[in-house]
Amino acid sequence: MFSNRYIFIYSSVMVILVAIALTIVAVLLKPMQEYNQRVEKMQNILISVHIESTPKNAEVLYKKYITESLVVNSKGEVKEGVNAFDLEMQVENKKKSEDKNLPIFICMSEKNEKYYIVPVRGKGLWGPIWGYVSFKEDLNTIVGTRFGHKSETPGLGAEINTPPFQNQFINKTILNNEGSFISVMVVKGGAPDSDMHGVDAISGGTITSKGLEAMVHDCIKEYTVYFSKIRK
Amino acid sequence: MSNFKLLKAPFNRENPITVQVLGICSALAVTVQMKPAIVMALSVIVVTAFSNLIISMLRNTIPPRIRIIVQLVVIAALVIIVDQLLKAYVYDVSQKLSVFVGLIITNCILMGRLEAFAMAQKPWPSFLDGIGNGIGYGLILVIVSFFRELLGSGSFYGHKVIPQSFYDAGYIDNGLMILPPMALITIGTIIWVQRSKNRDLIEK
Repeated sequence: MFSNRYIFIYSSVMVILVAIALTIVAVLLKPMQEYNQRVEKMQNILISVHIESTPKNAEVLYKKYITESLVVNSKGEVKEGVNAFDLEMQVENKKKSEDKNLPIFICMSEKNEKYYIVPVRGKGLWGPIWGYVSFKEDLNTIVGTRFGHKSETPGLGAEINTPPFQNQFINKTILNNEGSFISVMVVKGGAPDSDMHGVDAISGGTITSKGLEAMVHDCIKEYTVYFSKIRK
Repeated sequence: MSNFKLLKAPFNRENPITVQVLGICSALAVTVQMKPAIVMALSVIVVTAFSNLIISMLRNTIPPRIRIIVQLVVIAALVIIVDQLLKAYVYDVSQKLSVFVGLIITNCILMGRLEAFAMAQKPWPSFLDGIGNGIGYGLILVIVSFFRELLGSGSFYGHKVIPQSFYDAGYIDNGLMILPPMALITIGTIIWVQRSKNRDLIEK
């Protein structure tokens, strides 16, 4: 028979040993994991302007095409001393609108066209959704999008990260004829081809679709002032 | 049982999925494509082998009243280590497996083997039993994912194998194969084939 004393000591020692082992593993592997996350982010930024990359060549392609990155605030002023790539939208979204750091990545394409890429982040049905939206130099027409999600329903909400859904955004515009910001709507039952500000929602994925619409609207809205400055 | 038998029995006659009916849930979830299925199988082999080994070495010191807790701590620690390694070395696969690696902790094969075998056997046989059961689980995963990927996406280990001319002639990938119910039916078919070959497995 084992005494209570033995059981207490046994479990304490076991827990401490396991904790030490796990800490060592986590600390040793952290640099590699962070590197992987950075590469994935580069790949996502590149794919939003239709540049395919693999984990191996992502860094090279990123350096080649993404020529500049900057951080602005909602008043449209460029902020110095902040690295756009290292900003976490998760953290920025919790701040008040006027305190937010808004990253912009500028890409020079093969055809020598200048694209502006901005990150977006919002809420889906089960967890966060995020993505990148890229614009042509008029800062109105969408070049491409890339969306991701943590845990949306497979086959329904999770469809937001598939090419058929993402490609609908190509060539849509975020400004109406008067030049004011209206974003791109996700239309239930399908948007007609002529609709310059609408894409089809996902059947059965209404809450994810609506969350995505709100995410694109809310995040790009913050850039309105800076964008209108650049357009002039 | 000889050591070799310990290793081999779970491939067929004592297969954890089709005979012991353990670990069904993850077999449904990760078998849409072959690559995640194989990584999952390898992870489970590592975890079953080492948790069996560690528990077997500790078996005489573990107080029976807290044995389940001790087993869980060992399994959980191993799973976390595997998860961290996957994130560091095969990041894209770890993204696909997402929660399922963490769910190895709740995979009944592990607790089942620890309770039924490792708590009463010496370390070396336990280690082999762990590897055997891990492979037995992996085999079923690979078979199921082979059929699901082939019929569901027309590919083999990520490479397209059904020629474009088939699609031009009107062939369509069966979208149903990608959904979990078809995994259950595939496993059911495997069980049926296995039992019609080994009649003594059929319960009266």
